[in-house]
Amino acid sequence: MVLWKDLIRGLWAENPTFRLNIGLCPVLAVTTSAINGVSMGVATTFVLVCSSALISLLKRIIPDKVRIPAYIIVIATFVTIVDLVMHAYLPDLHSVLGLFIPLIVVNCIVLGRAEAFAAKNSVVRSAVDGLGMGLGFTWALTLLGSIREILGAGSFFGHALVAEGTTTLGIMSLPPGAFITLGILMAVMNMVSARQKRKVS
Amino acid sequence: MSLFTILISALLVNNFVLVRFLGICPFMGVSKEVDSAIGMGLATTFVMVVTAAATWLIQWFILEPLGLPFLQNMAFILVIAAMVQLVELFLHKTSPALYRAMGIFLPLITTNCAILGFAIMGVQNSYSFIETVIFGLGAGLGFTLALVLMAGIREDLRFADIPKPLRGVGIAFILAGLLSLAFGGFAGLV
Repeated sequence: MVLWKDLIRGLWAENPTFRLNIGLCPVLAVTTSAINGVSMGVATTFVLVCSSALISLLKRIIPDKVRIPAYIIVIATFVTIVDLVMHAYLPDLHSVLGLFIPLIVVNCIVLGRAEAFAAKNSVVRSAVDGLGMGLGFTWALTLLGSIREILGAGSFFGHALVAEGTTTLGIMSLPPGAFITLGILMAVMNMVSARQKRKVS
Repeated sequence: MSLFTILISALLVNNFVLVRFLGICPFMGVSKEVDSAIGMGLATTFVMVVTAAATWLIQWFILEPLGLPFLQNMAFILVIAAMVQLVELFLHKTSPALYRAMGIFLPLITTNCAILGFAIMGVQNSYSFIETVIFGLGAGLGFTLALVLMAGIREDLRFADIPKPLRGVGIAFILAGLLSLAFGGFAGLV
């Protein structure tokens, strides 16, 4: 029951992207298509689960004063693993996501969960919490990526939806499209949660 | 590439915040007032220039000769954290007034992905030492410019009648989109 709560918290109530507004750089940068969004989400989820579990395991060993550098080293290790594995097995994806794979190190979600949750809770709960947060991040990226791909390129996960030669909203694939889509999505999420609150009260 | 081209490219054409999406968290967090935006921008620029020099030396004198480029990520983030700490101590000692103005922003800079991002990019483009420092300066000034522009608009926006769900980050992102559209106009410059 506790584990279930840990898992679903990241999906909506404390969704890192829409509710906490942290870790937004990759959300904007890699979501030119749905598949890029999914891949970035999965990579970040892997780092989150592994680093949360390991930090929780080491929480009694790491001295309090140097905990932040220690956490960063743990996170950087897993990011390097993801970076090298992707470079070897998924070179195309690696070149598209490029800089934003090493930048998972400074994604505030990972460090934030380490500090706020993994440092205080058991290994299993920390891993589940990391998984929930990661999945919450992944669905946000996938949603944004899908909207931008459908409107900007007229396709969904690479499958064309419109006839060749149709004019699409090219701006959605460019940087301004990312900002504007996320702004509108944030407003929609606020509306949905305001409605939920009204129902409860 | 000439130094001027690198500077203008990092400052305007490929603006770190509005075109490359680096450093979005401080961009959204500290762009509510112009004064704090300037403080944050200058502190970041300062750290970027210092980090540029340090990471270049580490990459080409330690990591490459020893065959350890896979440690780049770890080495750079430690260097940045150390540099931020060093800058903090230095300012505290030499200029207490400046320290008070920048103080609260300094610890936040470590997790600004623009800094790690530009350090890695500098290595990928195999810039020389001077080029890396200029690249850092351009990136930092570009970050400051975006932050100050945004803060100016948000200050005026305080009295505007914005639809309720859009208030806060929602409208800020749409504004950033419009700014980014404007910066798109620089695309042909370099």
